[in-house]
Amino acid sequence: MSKFHVSTTVNGDTVEYLCDPRETLLDCLRDKLNLTGAKEGCGTGDCGACSVTVDGRLVCSCLMLGVEADGKQVETVEGIAEGDILHPLQKKFIEYAALQCGICTPGILVAAKSLLEKNPNPTEEETRYWLAGNLCRCTGYDKIIRAVMDTAADLREAS
Amino acid sequence: MALDDRKSEFSFVGTRPDRPDGLDKVTGRAKFGADTSAPGMLHGAILRSPHAHARIIKIDTSKADAHKDVKAVVTRADFADVPFKPGLEGEFWNVLENVMAGDKALYDGHAVAAVAATSALAARDALKLIEVEYEVLPHVTDVDKAMAPDAPVIREGAADYSVPEGMHPNVVRYHESGHGDIEAGFAEADLVIEDSFVTEATHQGYIEPHACLGMLGNDGKGELWCTTQGHWIAQKTCAALLGIETSQLRVTASEIGGGFGGKTTVFIEPVALALSRKANRPVKVVMTRSEVFRATGPTSSASMDIKIGMKKDGTITGAQGIFRLQGGAFPGAPGDMTAMCGFAPYNLTNVHQVGYDVMANRPKQAAYRAPGAPMGAFAVESVIDELCNQLSLDPIDVRLKNAAYEGTKASYGPRYERIGLVETLEAAKAHPHYAAPLKPGQGRGVSCGFWFNHGGETSVSLALSEDGSAQLMVGTPDIGGSRASMALMAAEVLGIPYENIRVTIADTATLGYNDVSHGSRVTYASGLATIKAAHHAVDKLCERAAAKWGIPVDAVKWENGCAVPSGPNAGDFDPMPLADITADMGSTGGPISGHFEATPEGAGVSFGTHIVDAEVDPETGKTSITRYTVIQDAGKAIHPTYVEGQYQGGAAQGIGWALNEEYIYGDDGRLQNSIFLDYRIPVASDLPMIDTVIVEVPNPGHPFGVRGVGETGIVPPLAAIANAVSNAAGVRMRQLPMSPPRILAALKDNG
Repeated sequence: MSKFHVSTTVNGDTVEYLCDPRETLLDCLRDKLNLTGAKEGCGTGDCGACSVTVDGRLVCSCLMLGVEADGKQVETVEGIAEGDILHPLQKKFIEYAALQCGICTPGILVAAKSLLEKNPNPTEEETRYWLAGNLCRCTGYDKIIRAVMDTAADLREAS
Repeated sequence: MALDDRKSEFSFVGTRPDRPDGLDKVTGRAKFGADTSAPGMLHGAILRSPHAHARIIKIDTSKADAHKDVKAVVTRADFADVPFKPGLEGEFWNVLENVMAGDKALYDGHAVAAVAATSALAARDALKLIEVEYEVLPHVTDVDKAMAPDAPVIREGAADYSVPEGMHPNVVRYHESGHGDIEAGFAEADLVIEDSFVTEATHQGYIEPHACLGMLGNDGKGELWCTTQGHWIAQKTCAALLGIETSQLRVTASEIGGGFGGKTTVFIEPVALALSRKANRPVKVVMTRSEVFRATGPTSSASMDIKIGMKKDGTITGAQGIFRLQGGAFPGAPGDMTAMCGFAPYNLTNVHQVGYDVMANRPKQAAYRAPGAPMGAFAVESVIDELCNQLSLDPIDVRLKNAAYEGTKASYGPRYERIGLVETLEAAKAHPHYAAPLKPGQGRGVSCGFWFNHGGETSVSLALSEDGSAQLMVGTPDIGGSRASMALMAAEVLGIPYENIRVTIADTATLGYNDVSHGSRVTYASGLATIKAAHHAVDKLCERAAAKWGIPVDAVKWENGCAVPSGPNAGDFDPMPLADITADMGSTGGPISGHFEATPEGAGVSFGTHIVDAEVDPETGKTSITRYTVIQDAGKAIHPTYVEGQYQGGAAQGIGWALNEEYIYGDDGRLQNSIFLDYRIPVASDLPMIDTVIVEVPNPGHPFGVRGVGETGIVPPLAAIANAVSNAAGVRMRQLPMSPPRILAALKDNG
């Protein structure tokens, strides 16, 4: 099957790749661009480990085809920190031990950042429902929810 | 180790620093199993049986072999000819049979062939070119049906010596233990309750599917990168299955995206190596989620009968349990563990327990966090709760009245050393949760839980650098922050800052053998070895200081990161910091390192008590967990935040097991819910915050008092939640999971 040429922007960088029309955006990020921060936990859009934003919208990159990213702005976990300065969510996740094994963490950080950009003052219930598409099997979510809500409070205070 | 020698004042232990690998894991930089590649790499894919039980008549791979993108096809013939013994004593044979079927496919998803091709898509497509002719055989997936006289035989001759005469060949191991006179015990009771319970199989549900990259040449030398809880067992097993020398295969553990016991064995690793050997190129294999559910190692399902007698004052006079565990198409279901753990929290005069290991046409079970214990606790603690209800007794008071303590003869035999069950119960009783009022429709449940914990073979090495920093090499993969606890323990002994210690998970070529990260053993055993290795280095530091000062080495001691004279008679010298000694170590005797290798035996058993509130919607049968408190003895919490995390994670997995999660097999013996949409694990909106209380009753078998904390936390939830739901719904729930249809049915039956 012949491949398609895709030009897109990932974390602000212009990138190009050739992909089979059956390959997902996640396959292309991981295997063609070597951005392995997004993980494949299920391949069916149920676990959220592959979460990225496309033109500002939170998506499961395993449910989007690589060819669909043409001309789009894609943001992944690798783009969350600004240079060597970690995003406040990243710092808080480490401080609160909001990760154990860490496999879900990239997707949860992308999803949580997306939440705070839309809602700087989420309730616990809103935070839990926003993150309900991101499975974590280690933590029971307690420390994750606290980390997201306390980061939101810090950001509100700083602004 | 004498209690008096144990350290009780700490500088670093008990603090909560950032984990050393935190930055890697929040930036996407950490490399997990599927995050690596190699030049010339091929992609592997595995063909799996669609039948629960079938004889493999013929496998025709000719079309796949002929495809231009396919570089290798393997079947069972490409693995080592491990001698088959009719008694099936060899676990290697079982693992080989599991990773690639021989004469028969034994469960839906059993591997029958594999290909390596130039791309993942090509490999997947090539599987369709392999033709397998099956003769479908009768199958059985239910534990009680698998023991019935007319059940299809999974494999003749699989039973070991322990199985009594006359049992069905699917019963492959038998356990019986206890003490006292059980009938006399029941005769003393004011109330005896006998009841039966069922739990369905669940999966560990780690978010990272199994993944590996293997390279093996025809010179018998290989490299393997894989996500595993133990790379030495992967090394040993793969070498055996491929007929090569263990030491010629170097295995590197990737970062591991969850395991919970499910990554303590191999599935795809020997297949990748066999493909690589045939293709003479590196081969990467990554499981899909569906493959993880169908063909890795879920828990056993269980069928259990419990009989307990109690006096009006709450004293248990006799306790008996029969625990039947189905563990898939191979021996190994932990019926013995279930039997031994069920009554372990209690000080019983008369107790008797029987465990069965039963084979069925399901995937080979693997460990899942305190394997076997949660099911038994569910059955036993449900009956205790019912006794409390019928005798109008407080469930914590009754457990306190019967609780085991130091010197109690355990239900499974030995006498306990210092244990902390009573302390967890007292903390539970004093916790505000236990006194909080319940709303209408809510119920409260309590349960205790026990797990043995484990030591295991352990090797650790520590090397000091000339600038006074330290490199610590451990061999137990870091699943939940263990690098942090190792660095804290090393810092405690060396007296240098936590941040100056770099902890590395060494590959198999770099350290001696290490047992798997399982049995709640990492903080205990690798921690103990880290402490001993650091002391070994400290001894050498003291020798160098003594030589510099020209005094005997026994006149030097180590304090706060410095060599100091051990008393006024030793001479008057300023403390000599570690970095001053390492700065010129090359010219004072050479590099300074410490190491330790042993099999620590003092793991120290662990107990927990959980309190949970549940609300049942009588219209839909849906249960909500409204409040949850975990109280557990950690011995000594090295990094308390990660200890809390273990407690919370165990509770959350227990909630999933109790309320939602189950393997659902159709009449055709095929797994019907092999994706996360249908096998639903708890999501953030399903759970409340999970409160934790860390009880610290030091383990006499560890220098700092550590008990493992990873597993005990999943033992009480099934029972605690079942008790809460039963109390909320007004009807005893005897089958897990308590999914809405089951609760509605129970409410209907109850009128």
